[in-house]
Amino acid sequence: MSFEPKIVGFLCNWCSYAGADLAGVSRMKCAPNVHIIRTMCSGGLSPFFILKALEAGADGVLVCGCSPGDCHYREGNYKAIRRISLLKKVLEQLGIERERVQLHWVCASCGEEFVNVVNKITAEIKELGPLQAGQKVVI
Amino acid sequence: MEEPRIGVYVCHCGTNIAGTVDVEEVAKYAETLPHVVVSRHYPYTCSDPGQELIKNDIKELGVNRVVVASCSPRLHEKTFQGVLREAGLNPYLFQMANIREHCSWLHEPGPEVTEKAKRMVRAAVNRVSHHIPLEIRSVPIFPATLVIGGGIAGMQAAWEIANSNHMVYLVEREPSIGGHMAQFDKTFPTLDCAACILTPKMTEVARHPFIRILTYSEVVEISGYVGNFRVKIRRKPRYVDEGKCIGCLICQEKCPWTALSEFDAGTRKRKAIYTPFAQAVPNIPVIDTEHCAYFLKGTCRACEKFCDANAINFEQSELIFELDIGNIIIATGFDTFDAFSIPQYGYGRYPNVFTSLEFERLSSPTGPTEGHIILADGRQPDSVAIVHCVGSRDKNYHEYCSRVCCMHALKYSHLLKEKTNAQVYQMYIDMRCFGKGYEEFYDRIQSEGINFIRGKVAKVSDEAIAEEEKGKLIVLVEDTLLGNMLRVPVDMVILCIALEPRKDANEVAQLFHLGRSADGFFLERHPKLDPVATMSEGILIAGCCQGPKDIPDSVAQASAAAARALAMIARGKIEVPAITASIDETKCSGCKICNLLCPYNAIFFDDEAKISRINQVLCQGCGVCAAACPSGAITHNYFTAEEITAEIEGVLA
Repeated sequence: MSFEPKIVGFLCNWCSYAGADLAGVSRMKCAPNVHIIRTMCSGGLSPFFILKALEAGADGVLVCGCSPGDCHYREGNYKAIRRISLLKKVLEQLGIERERVQLHWVCASCGEEFVNVVNKITAEIKELGPLQAGQKVVI
Repeated sequence: MEEPRIGVYVCHCGTNIAGTVDVEEVAKYAETLPHVVVSRHYPYTCSDPGQELIKNDIKELGVNRVVVASCSPRLHEKTFQGVLREAGLNPYLFQMANIREHCSWLHEPGPEVTEKAKRMVRAAVNRVSHHIPLEIRSVPIFPATLVIGGGIAGMQAAWEIANSNHMVYLVEREPSIGGHMAQFDKTFPTLDCAACILTPKMTEVARHPFIRILTYSEVVEISGYVGNFRVKIRRKPRYVDEGKCIGCLICQEKCPWTALSEFDAGTRKRKAIYTPFAQAVPNIPVIDTEHCAYFLKGTCRACEKFCDANAINFEQSELIFELDIGNIIIATGFDTFDAFSIPQYGYGRYPNVFTSLEFERLSSPTGPTEGHIILADGRQPDSVAIVHCVGSRDKNYHEYCSRVCCMHALKYSHLLKEKTNAQVYQMYIDMRCFGKGYEEFYDRIQSEGINFIRGKVAKVSDEAIAEEEKGKLIVLVEDTLLGNMLRVPVDMVILCIALEPRKDANEVAQLFHLGRSADGFFLERHPKLDPVATMSEGILIAGCCQGPKDIPDSVAQASAAAARALAMIARGKIEVPAITASIDETKCSGCKICNLLCPYNAIFFDDEAKISRINQVLCQGCGVCAAACPSGAITHNYFTAEEITAEIEGVLA
């Protein structure tokens, strides 16, 4: 059987979660590999949860927030950009490919964008293969 | 904490979920999960009997945590939280698994869809066992409402609220209220004149003891939260003292400098000191500093010389002031499509190609021709082509239908027939006459001898190839019903231009934290069930800023927004969501990192205790402080480390 990655998707409540809802309401179809967890804001997502997901068996993590300038909490998404770029550097030092954690902007009317993002990250992580036991994060 | 006793309810949602997900299997699977005491599946969990089912289990079986696996929490989270509350449980002892929008609707049917639904239910069950009751607090609100935009929607909303004897501030950035409707001639389908129904309303709104009109003003800043907004307003200088001006308009008469009139859609000139139109409210002129000689060159001051009331004040400066506001209604309206964007229609190149807004002014008795429909050379047209869907229903410009053009095109036909007896050609894609009395109006216009050609216009040209085309505009169009190309020579072309979002819709959206739909208009909270609310609590939308609509729909939506605002005013207080952050004082090291991160200045440093504290009323619950706290002292309630970790482990197990 081909490798089906498990991906955790942290979606902000205001834009991205609504964008994913819109994709569903519009009956767009995407790969079932991303498991969505609602957060209030991409800036309120502690890197701890991203590491926790990788530790708990995720092969990748998707973080989605409002487009720059559109954050419901003014600038949480900018904080997410900084946190996640720093986290990626740490992950690389742990031997984990930076592509396994991705940050994308999905607005509340971006149903199609959400589907594209999900299909993209699913394909890319399929390409990378499973997160190896040696790479496993332990926190 | 008491032992969790979890009830799981898997919804069929008719066939929306059950058609793809094996709900029985999911419910059976949930029974095996820890702490689950009952697991059921039900056709419509949100229905009354569905809600009763949950209430009964809470009472009979001692269920103290609830998981509903159904639609998006954005739709029914509040519904089910209400069920818990009615049954005596804290509403936060609840979790939803969105197995419709994020599962059954989002994936191709197959066994993995049911598997995914199981994972989602497992995650919700894992999570809910960590939930703790959260305190719901209520805070008093400011009773005043701010309405932004003085068009028909804004005026209607302001008027409805003010009639309850609650204060409304109506902000309009132009010098007068009235909006686009004031520019129109007749209104479809009744053909009553727009000014006759609008101007009395404008006066009534202006004189209302509970409405304060702030024209020539804009909102520059907003802080606070639902019920307790603080709004900063900038009042641009009119350079005319409102207290002294008596509205005699001698200044306008004497001013030697001119500019194109915005109100008349550029069809005539106005002075540099002007009121936009004769019935303007307030009837007080403004000086346009970009065209006034005094502001440009330092000389003139003719207006000042002739003003008997000494109302001209070149020293006036802008005024910034703040208001305490409970609710905000945004009714900023629309802009019209730029006809220059479609060069093949010849707008700007041929003087007898007009936009619909220009035609409105041309046909209006208060317009540049006093209502006479004439060509650029002063002749009456013998033939007129009305081109539908200019910028609408066109993937190159706007995909959407602008909803009003078919009807105003029919109105133009009638006015043209009545005033000029010209041959009128309607070039349409589809006739969309959906409103009350609209189809009847369409029937009536057809009987007036109008020519209807079904097809999208390719080009407007002046290159004659036959004798009868000489000196005319030739409209090239395919008649898709007959299947042949036509060349229609006419004297005048009217382009029914699309309604589009305001040019500064993005800045307004950012100021008020509004979403925008794919077409660029402001996004409503729910397209069907909540078309007046937005994702920002306490900020409502009405009229064309939400999407193109006709006058009756704008008025209806404005009244709906007013009703929503009034509901909160009547309660006098609001419940503040319990999703906030709190600090464990024993863990806080006093590093102040969180103080700087908080977008609402809700965190302050207690100098005596040397720790940070969170103001629970100001906190909006974004969680950015909790994510940054190096000591792990901040808890983001409802999104705690235990809850999210349990959810992560649930989806991945």
